[in-house]
Amino acid sequence: MSLLEVRKVSRFFGGLAAVNDVSFNVNEGEIVGLIGPNGAGKTTLFNVVNGFYRPSRGEVLFRSERISGLQPHEVCKRGIARTFQVVKPLQRMSVLDNVIASAFLRVGTRAEAERVALETLEFTGLTADRDVVSKGLPLGKRKRLEIARALATQPQMLLLDESFAGLNPSELDESIGIIRRIKARGITIMIIEHHMRVIMSISDCVVVLNYGEKIAEGTPGHIGSNPLVIEAYLGEAQSA
Amino acid sequence: MKKYIPIILSAFLLLLPFFGLSTYVMHILILVIMWSVIGMAWNLLGGYCGQVSFGHAAFFGVGAYTAGMLYSKFGLSAWWGFPASVVTVAAFALFIGYICLRLRGPFFALATLAVGVILRIVAENLTGFTGGDLGIMIRERTWIEKIWYYYVILAVAGGTFFVVKKTVASKLGYYFVAIREDQDAAESLGINTTLYKTVALVLSAVLTGFAGVFYMNYMGYIDPKVVFALHDISIITIMVVMVGGVATQWGPITGAVIMVVLAEFIRNLPLIGTAHQSVFGILLIVIIIFLPNGIVGDFPKLSKLWRRRRPAL
Repeated sequence: MSLLEVRKVSRFFGGLAAVNDVSFNVNEGEIVGLIGPNGAGKTTLFNVVNGFYRPSRGEVLFRSERISGLQPHEVCKRGIARTFQVVKPLQRMSVLDNVIASAFLRVGTRAEAERVALETLEFTGLTADRDVVSKGLPLGKRKRLEIARALATQPQMLLLDESFAGLNPSELDESIGIIRRIKARGITIMIIEHHMRVIMSISDCVVVLNYGEKIAEGTPGHIGSNPLVIEAYLGEAQSA
Repeated sequence: MKKYIPIILSAFLLLLPFFGLSTYVMHILILVIMWSVIGMAWNLLGGYCGQVSFGHAAFFGVGAYTAGMLYSKFGLSAWWGFPASVVTVAAFALFIGYICLRLRGPFFALATLAVGVILRIVAENLTGFTGGDLGIMIRERTWIEKIWYYYVILAVAGGTFFVVKKTVASKLGYYFVAIREDQDAAESLGINTTLYKTVALVLSAVLTGFAGVFYMNYMGYIDPKVVFALHDISIITIMVVMVGGVATQWGPITGAVIMVVLAEFIRNLPLIGTAHQSVFGILLIVIIIFLPNGIVGDFPKLSKLWRRRRPAL
């Protein structure tokens, strides 16, 4: 069953089509990788799904319900949480308080929110940093805090915007482990990533954007050998 | 030990009038407590929720005028202003919030500054409705002695302190701070930022309005220039919180003590007495440079400085 349906979505900024007539489906329980060169419209597409932008054309459906046009907080309430490429921790709050703030979306009391938050911190391996003011966290942990915060809203679907960028190899392995465990919990994931090794190893399906248009969609193995994708990434093959 | 401080403090404050203080000292105490209320109310919106208002005189004034006009138009006791102001101030704050809360950061600050000034001009010119420049005077005061006024404002302050404490520790408090720290992140985490900013504004406004109602009853006279004053109300409100400590529970109270006492002190100095606003301006600059989190917020820094100057014996 399709959890998320992106139907003929376009988003224009003035004359520029940042996303142009893109359609694809995300099935429940899958990890979908969204890749493409810089400026291909990946983050814009996230912003459309998440509600920061209205699509100029087309629509987005979540559980067969139209969500395009809703405010971001309404989209989140319906079960889609996201992280940001440029991390946005609540700087002067402790790591624990950051996660408690988002846990309040589904629970009523402070005690319950704290319980959900502690559980989420344990899950993402941030328990030791719970009392650190998030301004002082190193980048790798701040990226993980973004994931923890999104998870604390108890979503059905997670949008991860470059959660692996700038991580060192050991942090990378740790984060991949977290993503796999999130999937095991039955949460559907759509992920923007430049690390090809990561995206090819964890995705069930990959969607490739270039200049705002979808140029390919399929399993990782399929995408890796697609001439259009290779061209977008490496340039045209020279005819000798 | 720390648990008992509020109990000891409230007992002390309740017994204070029996120490035979002069009328003047009682007046200063009442002003300090009234400013604590305004500071705590502002802190909820400006400190915790991060929406800096330069127009809190508007809410103070609407509260004061609500009380005054109940008396002058309907012949009721101005004390009815307390329940009535909840309605008028909240309605007014909703209206202002609908317009101003679309703006962020300095734009919101400027818009609220304008609101305060506009209200003063409106109150000055709607002579048939507000009494214009003549203001409103209550001819028969409720009490001659200050002690009852003291207890009334103490009760208001106690209530405000409690409301702020409970709010900050609840879901609302977390949402306010989340909005202050990053509005986009808050929104994408499922926080209806427009709604919660409005809640912060209305709560802050109503509490500030209570101080206005009290002021009408206590002083017995108001006019637009006094209660809608930009520098004497709106700016001093911000100073009270800045000096004491933004987004701290005790900051506004500390700030109120310092600001009221300082204002009285400066006023009694020859020559610079009339220049008290310049002195406040200099104080604000010093605070922002050296104690950006205020006296309560930067207390650890202050006490370290103190210890360094006096090495352990």
